[in-house]
Amino acid sequence: MSNTMINIENLTYKYSTIDEKSFTALKNVNLTVDSGEFLVILGHNGSGKSTLAKLMNALLLPTSGNVFVNGMDTKDEEKLWDIRQTAGMVFQNPDNQLVATIVEEDVAFGPENQGVDPREIRKRVDKSLEIVEMSEYKNHAPHLLSGGQKQRIAIAGVLAMNPKCIILDEPTAMLDPIGRKEVMKTIKKLNKEENKTIVHITHYMEEAVEADRIVVMEKGEIVMQGTPKEVFSKVKEMKEIGLDVPQVTELAYELRKEGIDLPTDILTVEELVMAL
Amino acid sequence: MMIKIENLSYVYNPESPFETKALDNINLEVEKGDFVGLIGHTGSGKSTLVQHLNGLIRPTEGRIIIDGIDITKKETKLRAIRQEVGLVFQYPEYQLFEETVYKDIAFGPKNLGLNETEVDSRVKKAMELVGLDFEKIKDRSPFELSGGQKRRVAIAGVVAMNPKVLILDEPTAGLDPKGRDEILGEIQNLYEKENMTIILVSHSMEDIAKLVNKIVVMHKGKIAMEGAPREIFKNQERLEDLGLGIPQVTYFMKKYKSEGHSVSDDILTIDEAKEELLNYLRRRDNA
Amino acid sequence: MLKDITIGQYFPGDTIVHKLDPRVKILITFVFIISLFFINKFYPYLLVLGFILTVIKLSKVPFKYVFKGLKPLRFIIIITFFINAFMTKGVELFSIGPLTVSEEGLYQAIFMALRLIFLIMGTSLLTLTTSPISLTDGIEKLLNPLKIIGLPAHELAMMMTIALRFIPTLLEETDKIMKAQMARGADFESGNILNRAKNLVPLLVPLFVNSFRRADELAMAMEARCYRGGEHRTRLNEIKMDKIDFIVITIMTIFFGILISTRYI
Repeated sequence: MSNTMINIENLTYKYSTIDEKSFTALKNVNLTVDSGEFLVILGHNGSGKSTLAKLMNALLLPTSGNVFVNGMDTKDEEKLWDIRQTAGMVFQNPDNQLVATIVEEDVAFGPENQGVDPREIRKRVDKSLEIVEMSEYKNHAPHLLSGGQKQRIAIAGVLAMNPKCIILDEPTAMLDPIGRKEVMKTIKKLNKEENKTIVHITHYMEEAVEADRIVVMEKGEIVMQGTPKEVFSKVKEMKEIGLDVPQVTELAYELRKEGIDLPTDILTVEELVMAL
Repeated sequence: MMIKIENLSYVYNPESPFETKALDNINLEVEKGDFVGLIGHTGSGKSTLVQHLNGLIRPTEGRIIIDGIDITKKETKLRAIRQEVGLVFQYPEYQLFEETVYKDIAFGPKNLGLNETEVDSRVKKAMELVGLDFEKIKDRSPFELSGGQKRRVAIAGVVAMNPKVLILDEPTAGLDPKGRDEILGEIQNLYEKENMTIILVSHSMEDIAKLVNKIVVMHKGKIAMEGAPREIFKNQERLEDLGLGIPQVTYFMKKYKSEGHSVSDDILTIDEAKEELLNYLRRRDNA
Repeated sequence: MLKDITIGQYFPGDTIVHKLDPRVKILITFVFIISLFFINKFYPYLLVLGFILTVIKLSKVPFKYVFKGLKPLRFIIIITFFINAFMTKGVELFSIGPLTVSEEGLYQAIFMALRLIFLIMGTSLLTLTTSPISLTDGIEKLLNPLKIIGLPAHELAMMMTIALRFIPTLLEETDKIMKAQMARGADFESGNILNRAKNLVPLLVPLFVNSFRRADELAMAMEARCYRGGEHRTRLNEIKMDKIDFIVITIMTIFFGILISTRYI
């Protein structure tokens, strides 16, 4: 097996609208995601980041160019189910991705579709719920849970399919700060302890700070990429695109403009305290 | 006095096993021209409180007086309350229903029984206030607009009722930073130019710090803290106990001060921090 | 509030009635309903009553829960009673104005009322002791043989599951949209029927639009989780018949046999 989980080559994707005009959502995108990487895709609404996520899961197919998931071409229909099993996907709205009326039945939905043996499903369901720390809720009805809890159930549902990679399409956008923290903690755990490759799509910059690498999208193109320190040091460019940087990063940037000697890669409160 | 809440309590499902006290003896006063930030984590009673202010929920106990009218009295006409207080719910774009943007915004004013010309001028003005181009989009279907525009249409629908108090429940939820800044800018505009009293429910301490002049913190159905932002954000530990926080820049200044630097930690925004630090650093370099 | 309405009034438990194979329970309920209409004498109803009471006792469901199912349908029971009482021709007992009650009518009325009451109690017991999930599983399995004639058994069961999952969500949403429109001066409570229907537009349009959006997103999420219809699907909790199920089937066959044969004795 190679070290590349997802490989995207010259990818272009066009939507056709009702009046037969086409809209280019992605323009000539090239991107590789390494195995075990924690990649964050930042960009504001309409930048093409959600479209990109759906192309990684063969929910959409490229207009031109190629997407390979663990070496499999998403255009290869025979590989479709293997691809979806390899790269699981979590969506934005916690209410609209849970299928069953009982938590554990919902977590079982994926492996049930794969035709996994019931005893194995039971094992996977219990393990997945344990990883997202929701075991005690396994017999609850999903609609009585909080947003953060529902999202963790959705993550458990993907985990139960034994994926190598998990793509999360703005999983925190509809949550309150506590729910967001819960989900981020879970995502980090999946990456560090379960060795899952993570592609996390968001517009919250605080969630990007801890990534291995950030890709910034704008108008269907990748406009910046690098480590969090590299990306957030470009305060002016980020602001122009309409994205946030951490307040201390912005403060350091403003002070530098006034001639104070500070490093460009400050991301945390502690770093700025040390530097000043 | 714009809003006066006296001993307000509200119980969900009274006398059943599911009985829950959502509001517990709330007393609150909001002055005309206040910009109030209402914070507290999910389930603290914020939503129940703001729905009371609009007459959507009748209190179990207590009174609410808005601009001299007791809205908790049975005789008070709901129409009168809605003219006093406008309420924008969370994700308001999911309530749009008309064929055109114009008709949707006109829904509220029409329900108030206004005549055509008055409705027309209200719609125009409301659209202008939230930054929507009247001529360009008034005849478009609200369902084909972008997320940010839909939300503006929904806010305009409440603004067009011309309320004295405007309450917004997390108006920036789900928006990206650009959309968020635009909406907050328009709310600021309503506050400054239209002299509306504003109550903003938000989870973002940074946004609250930038905009409001009074903060009300709710916890378990009670008011836990109340005061000017500078006062409230001094109590970092208390806020963290309640599952809340302070703006990162305020946190930084406190930390910096505790490391032995003689700066003020009474700082809410990046601009304030910048000024304070520049003064301090220059003083230090000159010494 | 709307969301306080409970749907699929399952009363969780760990009794023999709860643990019975859902297919067996559905079939028993089915045969039970049919046999109710076979009975044409009073004494077999004592057997039925005994049966119902035994099941309630075994299932440990509080009696008032079983009785609660009757409340919303009490008018139907009363109306059925009177229609039968007045409409059946026969030997006159007494008359009120133009309405005459016959001996046969009174019998008929009491029979119909008893049938309805037991029918409701029986089906309530089924839903009270069977979780919605095993109920759908049971229906799916029972309908499976009908696939040969083109009946989409799995799809029907999936639809039921999704409906059950989304009913509370939609009720909550209805509540929210209603309040939001009321905040804009909408009136859902007054006016004549025509006006009221018209006033529902601001509620129904967003509700439909949002439901389509939800359906779209749910379909996408199901596809991403490898859903491709009922073929090759396994289940977390496979339902299978135990020894106890066969014992219950045997006892019930004898019981219903006796019940139905009373008609011909």
